[in-house]
Amino acid sequence: MSLSAQDWAAIALSLRLATVSTVVLLLLGTPLAWWLARSRHWLKGPVAALVAMPLVLPPTVLGFYLLLLMGPNGPLGRLTETLGLGLLPFSFGGLVVASVIYSLPFVVQPIQNAFEAIGTRPLEVAATLRAGPWDRFVSIALPLARPGFISAAILGFAHTLGEFGVVLMIGGNIPGATRVVSVQLYDHVEALDYANAHRLAALLLGFSFLVLLAVYGLRRRRPALSL
Amino acid sequence: MSAAAPIQLRLRLRYPRASQDALALDATLPGRGITAIFGPSGAGKTSLLRCIAGLERAEGVVRIGDETWQDARRRLPTHRRALGYVFQEASLFPHLSAGGNLHYAERRAGADPMRRAEVLQLMGLDGLLGRYPHQLSGGERQRVAIARALLCRPRLLLMDEPLTALDPARRREILPYLEALHHSLDIPILYVTHSVDEVARLADNVLLLENGRLAAQGHASDMLPRLTQAGDEQAGVLIQASLAEREPRWGLALLRFDGGELWAPDGQEALQAKLRLRVLARDVSLSLEPQGRSSILNRLPARIEAIETSESAPQALVRLRLGSTPLLARITRRSVAELGLAPGQRVWAQIKSVAVVR
Amino acid sequence: MPPRPGRAKRFTATLCGAVLLLWQGTSAAHTALVAVATNFAPTLASIVEVFQAHSGHRITLASGASGKIYAQIRHGAPFDAFLSADQAKPAALVKAGLALPDSRFSYALGALVLWSADPERVDARGQVLIRGDFRRLALANPRLAPYGVAALEVLQALDLVETTRARWVLGENIAQTYQFVHSGNAELGLVARAQLWRAGQAAGGSAWPVPASLHAPIRQDAVLLQSGRDNPAARALLDFLRGAQARRIMESQGYTWPGA
Repeated sequence: MSLSAQDWAAIALSLRLATVSTVVLLLLGTPLAWWLARSRHWLKGPVAALVAMPLVLPPTVLGFYLLLLMGPNGPLGRLTETLGLGLLPFSFGGLVVASVIYSLPFVVQPIQNAFEAIGTRPLEVAATLRAGPWDRFVSIALPLARPGFISAAILGFAHTLGEFGVVLMIGGNIPGATRVVSVQLYDHVEALDYANAHRLAALLLGFSFLVLLAVYGLRRRRPALSL
Repeated sequence: MSAAAPIQLRLRLRYPRASQDALALDATLPGRGITAIFGPSGAGKTSLLRCIAGLERAEGVVRIGDETWQDARRRLPTHRRALGYVFQEASLFPHLSAGGNLHYAERRAGADPMRRAEVLQLMGLDGLLGRYPHQLSGGERQRVAIARALLCRPRLLLMDEPLTALDPARRREILPYLEALHHSLDIPILYVTHSVDEVARLADNVLLLENGRLAAQGHASDMLPRLTQAGDEQAGVLIQASLAEREPRWGLALLRFDGGELWAPDGQEALQAKLRLRVLARDVSLSLEPQGRSSILNRLPARIEAIETSESAPQALVRLRLGSTPLLARITRRSVAELGLAPGQRVWAQIKSVAVVR
Repeated sequence: MPPRPGRAKRFTATLCGAVLLLWQGTSAAHTALVAVATNFAPTLASIVEVFQAHSGHRITLASGASGKIYAQIRHGAPFDAFLSADQAKPAALVKAGLALPDSRFSYALGALVLWSADPERVDARGQVLIRGDFRRLALANPRLAPYGVAALEVLQALDLVETTRARWVLGENIAQTYQFVHSGNAELGLVARAQLWRAGQAAGGSAWPVPASLHAPIRQDAVLLQSGRDNPAARALLDFLRGAQARRIMESQGYTWPGA
């Protein structure tokens, strides 16, 4: 594959972004999913709707509003400046924040469903066996929800890898920091450089397919967990 | 444990927006032996167990001997109560093997190799430990669940209809294990059931619940007759007797009780051994005179206390007394009429079959 | 069966004739589908309004990035005419035989402005660029947008490419570049003058009009496509664009008329 150095840089950046975003999403999404699965508070409905919003918002719209919010005149931008972090747009950090928001439902919902599928019985049993709340979460809920975590990680990673609209709006196309594969591909097409576009697209598709194949293949070999 | 301090319960459970208490109970239960909690569906048996375990939030007091699990000031969460709970469907953790499930209990309650060996033997689990729950039969799963509950060193064992979800073959398979449990355990067991059979075979005491309230409480042999209705196939009585004589030639033993003597199959128990006998109503027939020669060995004088009939059913249930021991007989309404049976009358009870339960 | 078939026939003919007349409007009125680069779209809309009132023709506009429109035309999009943001794409269409060679002409000249949303930032002589007093400079991606090419030429002319490169933020098109500056995320940006003159006045902030001598002229070409070859409305519009009325409208919105 004769891809340019720029193309390779874009690929490396995209992989880094997808990995970092997925890790952040799993860390943030797990307690959120747990609360959504178990709570009966009236706030549960509104929060669930908010989490699902990125599913229906066009990515460019989301990106545009993030641009405003994270800018010097927006609340988030003012916060980051006060904290000495500068501004988020045009930075890798900004892309991570945007990716986390954009892929949130893809990570939270599978984990939430997995937690709900566990039901209350295994946790009650664990309580009668002297397991406290944190113990129950770690020794029962997490292992039983493992398929949900795997789905969430795959979906989050794949979704971020393919992200375009949001990055387009707040990325600024900076090599090494925000020039991700999707934007690079788009630029090839816009510049009528179809040959490069085809090469890059083929690589991206091939890679994604292999990753998904490996992970879905792995899942099938695990013994069935009948609850 | 020496003198077993009793279990005190004073519980009120009310669900939100309900007009009355789902459970309102004030009872003191014996601190040892198996207490059966009996009642029809919806009587609140499972709720009671869950309240004692702390899985439901009820108001009131739960005191196990000298340990207070709940009172007006505080409420211990479930995981701090020294109990063992066996749920209706085994509820083994599917991601752990049988051995893993047992280990889970031991890790949190403190492992004791001797106790583990004892429990494994008691429940007959050797060879099953490596299997996963989905590879075990219903009966095996339930045995693992019981072992798991025992391994967490409970002060009180709660069992919620452990046999109900099993088919009759599995039930028969497990009952001996439960009976063995009863013998070797000195912690109290609260055993929820709606099966008269299980009460007959396992219970020392019975708590009768109706609509979430205590309807009656007492020794199993006293309570058993109350638990049955005219149409109930399992209607019968329990008789506490002691082995007076053995007749090896016929394989029979003579059992003496207050109210008379009965012949039963010889189970090789020692003389003077205390045994529990079960006599089903359908195995008892009545006659006005002691018959001449008949194949029925056991014929005892009895007095009729009450006769229960219903218009539609052909059968009647006659409540009798042998001395002070209750006895039930199921005969046809027609016979009642033809023999002119009435309360207070003296008759002869012919008992075709006696089962030694324990 | 009605006993007078002749009457039915006449009635139908009259009905058809009336429908046809209404459909076409006044005599010889036609419709055309015209693709236009996003940056010129609002201006073209104003021009078309006047054009339609005068000529009775109806024009439907489709706006988008020049690159995209180009790709669509190559794949058979039914446009009659194309107003690009550059010269390259119309030339390529002519070369590919999809447009009429002698219909190509420059309809407008773009102009660059150094702009900041902050009213104090940009001085009247653009010294702020040389002083380097900014964190981010937004420009359109030179690879994709003619305004980006011009911006790059300006920076080269001022010998500022190397000193500013690390602070560049590239917009996919001139509209996105404008967004970066407008939201304050880039303190400075090289945007199209037409974008600032939208309301007839400079849109707040501070600006330095970049001298046209610093970059090659940003010529925006129009071309008649093969599918619009026989379309009177399309031809008429292209002619109108070269007239005085169109010129007035363009200049009032920040474009320069190429003349000749």
